[in-house]
Amino acid sequence: MTNEQLQLIRTDFPILTEKIYNKDLIYFDNGATTQKPRCVVEKIEYGYYHLNANIHRGVHYLSQKATEAHEEARTTVADFLQAGKREEIIFTRGTTEAINLVASSFGEAFCTAGDEVIVSVMEHHSNIVPWQMMCERKGAILRVIPMNERGELDIDALKALLNERTKIISVTHVSNVLGSINPVAEIIRIAHQQNIPVLVDGAQAVPHIPVNVVDLDADFYVFSGHKIYGPTGIGVLYGKEKWLNAIPPYQGGGEMIATVTFEKTTYNELPFKFEAGTPDYIGSTGLAEALRYVQKIGLESIAVHEHDLLIYCTEKLLEIDSVRIIGTAANKSSVISFLVGNIHPYDIGMLLDKLGIAVRTGHHCAQPLIDSLGIPGTVRASFAFYNTKEEIDVFIAALKKVVAMLS
Amino acid sequence: MTINELQDEIIEEFSAFDDWMDKYALLIDLGNSLQPLEEKQKNTQNIIEGCQSRVWLNAELNNGVVTYQGESDAVLVKGIVSLLIQVLSGHTPDEILNTELYFIDRIGLKEHLSPTRSNGLVAMVKQMKMFALAFKSVNS
Repeated sequence: MTNEQLQLIRTDFPILTEKIYNKDLIYFDNGATTQKPRCVVEKIEYGYYHLNANIHRGVHYLSQKATEAHEEARTTVADFLQAGKREEIIFTRGTTEAINLVASSFGEAFCTAGDEVIVSVMEHHSNIVPWQMMCERKGAILRVIPMNERGELDIDALKALLNERTKIISVTHVSNVLGSINPVAEIIRIAHQQNIPVLVDGAQAVPHIPVNVVDLDADFYVFSGHKIYGPTGIGVLYGKEKWLNAIPPYQGGGEMIATVTFEKTTYNELPFKFEAGTPDYIGSTGLAEALRYVQKIGLESIAVHEHDLLIYCTEKLLEIDSVRIIGTAANKSSVISFLVGNIHPYDIGMLLDKLGIAVRTGHHCAQPLIDSLGIPGTVRASFAFYNTKEEIDVFIAALKKVVAMLS
Repeated sequence: MTINELQDEIIEEFSAFDDWMDKYALLIDLGNSLQPLEEKQKNTQNIIEGCQSRVWLNAELNNGVVTYQGESDAVLVKGIVSLLIQVLSGHTPDEILNTELYFIDRIGLKEHLSPTRSNGLVAMVKQMKMFALAFKSVNS
């Protein structure tokens, strides 16, 4: 990505020219949510102004058009993940709802007392709590894959955890705290040797690396629209057809039924079986637009540019005395968690904010991970393709100023 | 001094600064010079868990007035804890309960007390009043 291309891309994101306390906004909180390009916002606006009618059931023109747009969005998502069948794409409210859906429905169908579910130590709460809730209901047990001091999952330990009671593994593709890119293909291969399905939490992966769910052989793959430049409130569950057919519906209501009588309801076919109620048919078209935008820039060049930012910022950070980087996996996404001496992350984050720099501080919804590291939290800078080295320079200078104030 | 006189004093002290950095430097100073809580008082009973930082708060009633002690693991939070103690400590439960805390807003540090910051401070202010309420009911 040349500097000219980068500057052109930045003009697609109006928010990047905002002033915060009269300073240029530097947005390094992309792991929490990404900014939206103009085309996504325009797509949403167009939807409400020109295509708004409830989908699937209407006989009139607008309903037909809205249905087409929503279903085209499903095809765009399927193509993006390189899924075999568009029916394997379920729209959800986000990653959290997608995991809750699988935990609840898969648990209902396949888990009984004494069965085991495996997650990893670096999971976001949204990939821990839904499984815990299911385990409590079913009397099942949650097992945890540990990691080494660099933040890489211990695959041998995973192998040792597998047994005939293991029903499913649910693991993140990329850690939202450490940036570690986990070897999910290897994990899936190992699990499949024992016929254990795997759910991959792709929330932090899809904005940064190309994903092919068929090559990965993932049984379930989930992500959120808002983390990939799309709208909030829309997300995706990809599931292999055989699994989606084998588990019961998550919620009941309109759309998901075939016939309803007071004695017995039969369910609709995929994907509608899992989409009770009016779906976010405007959000889905916004998401599809975001995916097209990302594909237009190209995930390969995005990965190269973001890796440059990661390396550059890491080097600059390590030039500051007593900076400790949390998460040094060999294979890492553009997320840097760090601490400076004994300074509390909150203090650094608050003062950086005063300088117009948005970073995240705290436990990043991964309390078990933070506790296992014995730290109060981290400061996290997470980059998107619209970030620049110049912004990193400003960030580093600001950090030095802040550290001087707090030391 | 009354609670409001103490609040006004702090407002005046902070109004001397135009630059946010000076304001925060003072807050950091206050935080660093806050009398630390004894380790045994940093127990689970006194902890107020925020999403971002932790605050410990202890209160005692002596001769009809409440004495607060507090601490936090983040120095900016400790600075505000120090200000809250400076304002509320040494007053009767009734005085504390009837107080409207306006100084934090007026010195431009309101963002630390916004519930979305989840740093334990909102809960701390509430807890300070709860202590006063509890002491009041003991007294009566």
